Amino acid sequence: MTKNRKGVPRLPHLLGIEGLSPEAISGLLDLSESYIDQNRSIDKRRDLLSGRTVINLFFENSTRTRTSFEVAAKRLGADVINMDVATSSVRKGETLLDTAMTLNAMRPDAIVVRHSESGAVNLLSQKVNCSVINGGDGQHEHPTQALLDALTIRRRRGSLEGLLVAICGDIMHSRVARSNIHLLQIMGARVRVVGPPTLMPTEIERMGVEVHYNMRTGLADVDIVMMLRLQTERMQGTFVPSISEYFHFFGLDHEKLKVAKPDALIMHPGPMNRGVEIDSEVADDLDRSVIHEQVENGVAVRMACLEALIGGRRNAIGAVA
Amino acid sequence: MSGNILKGVPPHAGSTAYINARIVDPVADSEYTGAVLISDGKIADFGPSLFASGAPYGIQSVDCGGLYLAPGIVDARVHTGEPGEEHKETLASAAVAAAAGGITSMVLLPDNEPPFDDASLIEFVARRARQIRLVNMYAYGALTVGLEGKELAEIGLLAEAGAVAFTDADHTVGSAQVLRRALYYAKAFDALIVHLPQEPTLSGGQMTSGEMATRLGLSGSPPLAEVMTVERDIRLVEMTGGRLHLSKISTAESVTVIAAAKARGINITCDTAPPYFALNDLAVGDYRTFGKLVPPLRSEKDRRAVVDGLRDGTIDAIVSDHRPQDQDSKRVPFAQALPGGIGLETLLPVSLELVHNREISLPKLFQRVSTAPARLFGLPGGKLAKGAPADLIVFDVDTAWQIDRADFWSKTKNSPFDERPVQGRVMATIVGGRPIYCDERFATAATAV
Repeated sequence: MTKNRKGVPRLPHLLGIEGLSPEAISGLLDLSESYIDQNRSIDKRRDLLSGRTVINLFFENSTRTRTSFEVAAKRLGADVINMDVATSSVRKGETLLDTAMTLNAMRPDAIVVRHSESGAVNLLSQKVNCSVINGGDGQHEHPTQALLDALTIRRRRGSLEGLLVAICGDIMHSRVARSNIHLLQIMGARVRVVGPPTLMPTEIERMGVEVHYNMRTGLADVDIVMMLRLQTERMQGTFVPSISEYFHFFGLDHEKLKVAKPDALIMHPGPMNRGVEIDSEVADDLDRSVIHEQVENGVAVRMACLEALIGGRRNAIGAVA
Repeated sequence: MSGNILKGVPPHAGSTAYINARIVDPVADSEYTGAVLISDGKIADFGPSLFASGAPYGIQSVDCGGLYLAPGIVDARVHTGEPGEEHKETLASAAVAAAAGGITSMVLLPDNEPPFDDASLIEFVARRARQIRLVNMYAYGALTVGLEGKELAEIGLLAEAGAVAFTDADHTVGSAQVLRRALYYAKAFDALIVHLPQEPTLSGGQMTSGEMATRLGLSGSPPLAEVMTVERDIRLVEMTGGRLHLSKISTAESVTVIAAAKARGINITCDTAPPYFALNDLAVGDYRTFGKLVPPLRSEKDRRAVVDGLRDGTIDAIVSDHRPQDQDSKRVPFAQALPGGIGLETLLPVSLELVHNREISLPKLFQRVSTAPARLFGLPGGKLAKGAPADLIVFDVDTAWQIDRADFWSKTKNSPFDERPVQGRVMATIVGGRPIYCDERFATAATAV
């Protein structure tokens, strides 16, 4: 019936990490591994998704994530359309759902959506009959980022089980933090969140994490340090007093890193603000920084997600493709 | 719903007896089987022994068959779209929904377009009520010009035109100085000020702060935004001696602080709305915009405290907080959705849960939904008394049914209670002795009137 490869989880949508099983996550990571080799070979293209249409619908500016999804879909042979919202009718007052219905009528197989409002991707997924991948919604989730982070850690450390991970910086406004908190804990890692109290969401400890307000205790003995981008518009005023104060107390440098495990890995979802949340020396430290591996693994993870969602002969609503 | 609006029935003349009813008398705090005699639109007599051996010849009688009969609900917080957003709700469609919900009097919020900060708008509402001729309609006057919380509205002139109280609706007066002056000034007219206590600078969030908001990635409004304004307002009442009623109490700490103020003898009253005693913040899970309200739905602990406040009388009244929103306002990402839920048709069945859960007796419930609001706003209904207007409802407390938005009489369907199983429903609504709504199962009896 289907040409599923063994062990590939079948999902209708990928809206978030919350609620995924450890088996589904492992399945996606295993599948991603197989694409890393493909991506490193000269002939990078397969025809698994040949004839399928993937629409990148980005309501928020993004270069990295959109490019990564585009490369992933093209390497699987899909036709990719990038919807540039800046020039679309969304700016003319068309609602999110009207846009969704319009695109849906063009019969895509998958839509990758990024939106500035939490929950917007869930809402859109209820109104279309193709697969929807959350490319980041507001402050809610960014599931492919968490998957690519997990793949990066797993390739370096073999497993996520039992690792101690510190997620540092602007936790409050970060969808990357939320998806990672879910995924790391589902896979058996322990998670600390480290940052100023003004950037810590209420009752975050009820998500099972340890809360630290300083880097000295927060980074002590950790295996992984995940830095988050601090949005520049939040750096002045009531969240933190200034960039220099923030960097002094919460920016990652070699000094603060001393309390972490000697082989602790440094990660960042990008784009980095050098000298704000991370010191260039640390970011470029080839022994410890895996920031570029994260980008490479991102393409493989997105290929795996596309295969899991639309690689079979049936689409999300069960219609024969 | 399976009921009919009875628009063509002429004004009541002569006498009608509603016999064999379980009568709920909130003023006497009692419940008994008896009858009510209506003459010329007013309650002429009532009691357990009245017509115990049948109504005398010549008086029309309606056999209630053991159904409950109580004073009609007085809903002190209703927003409609008229004027300004008639596509959401008109005064006529709201009146129909109210009739079907057992509400015989409603007080309309002033936050329309234009806001009711001019006497002509109070007169407009009164005129529309006469034309629609279903439930009694009253209007709030704006407390400040444009509801902006800066300059006082013409409280005296608005009161003269018929405004029954003054409020800025869902806008909190952020300036203590403005509210202090309003409380002082309103004393000249013995006017009641109704205030939503939510510190504006802390209330910009999309839902209540806490684990749910953190998981959903939505900005939070902390519950203390309410209690700190409640505390401020209590001090202002102490200072000015003005009449203040706090609306939509939603947190445990507010209930505690108000109870303490009342114990100290401070003249302050308050209300809450069904979402705050029947729902908690889980109702916005999965980004359900029908659960987006002002103030936001709170934690289970807060909900429990609101129930306790209703039971012990710290919370004086229940209002529907009816606020229609159309699909364009709700079928959008949560942060962009407009807040508010409709409530006219669910106020009674959801409030009856308090009775079924043995939190409150039926007479006490009708003190909260009928007697107290009528007394606070100086309205004629809300009680069983000889000479009082015959604003009554006949209802059943046991019939189980499921709230279904497709059945609402309201123009919009944004109920946070959609799909909720409830028990009890309105069988007939009588205003000024005239039946204006009748359930099909009660129709034969009522149409005999």
